Amino acid sequence: MNTQRREVLKSGSAAGLFGLLVAAGLITTQQAQAAGWDKPAFEAKAMDEALKALGAGKPADSKDVQISGPDIAENGAVVPVGVKSALADTEFIAILIEKNPSMLAASFTLPAGTMADVSTRVKMGQTSNVFALVKAGGSFYMVSKEIKVTLGGCGG
Amino acid sequence: MAGPMRIRAASNGTETEVKILMSHDMETGQRKDASGALVPAHHITELTATHNGRVVLAAQFGPAVSKNPYLQFKFAGGAKGDKVNVSWVDNKGDKRTDEVVVA
Repeated sequence: MNTQRREVLKSGSAAGLFGLLVAAGLITTQQAQAAGWDKPAFEAKAMDEALKALGAGKPADSKDVQISGPDIAENGAVVPVGVKSALADTEFIAILIEKNPSMLAASFTLPAGTMADVSTRVKMGQTSNVFALVKAGGSFYMVSKEIKVTLGGCGG
Repeated sequence: MAGPMRIRAASNGTETEVKILMSHDMETGQRKDASGALVPAHHITELTATHNGRVVLAAQFGPAVSKNPYLQFKFAGGAKGDKVNVSWVDNKGDKRTDEVVVA
């Protein structure tokens, strides 16, 4: 059999499929170039929607994931939040804020060798549960912490 | 254009702790200006940190990350004199890359 010909056919059909997807508007060329920013996940308004967009399904509870942050934040515009996971092979961490207009605030992909310990600062419109979603060893885990906000950070 | 990032990377021999302070408005797209018109969203979407060319953190930000975002993380390895490079892109296509030497 002419293997070279097989290869050409294979690559040809792959490119054809790709072209079709682009043409159908299923994927934009920009997305095609890089995985890029996860727009659906960041625009999700509800918990189920956000989890679905992140491919998390129904995450389990875990005692090995910790959220650090204040119990009461005076200024909702700057709320320090940290997530730490003691689970082996933690590869992904996301911070979600239940009562914000869009729940997902930030997500982190951790290559091997990077500790599952990240901190950042987020905005909170009002008192809300803050969730830490963690992917470790292929499964998702989630924990929450309520942070009370005295002055919202999403108004003007 | 966005100002430079302030990055600090400190190694304790086994791991390196990186702290980043970016300079960005992180406009949510929810706020209204004095005339009542919505201020369009303008925020960092992606951030990548590399250590000697190897990616050590890839982050995605939504508009809910605070103005002038702060980020702290740790990775195993890293020695004094190594280079940590951080770059971000925002939703308007602005970019910024800064590099720091591990202390």
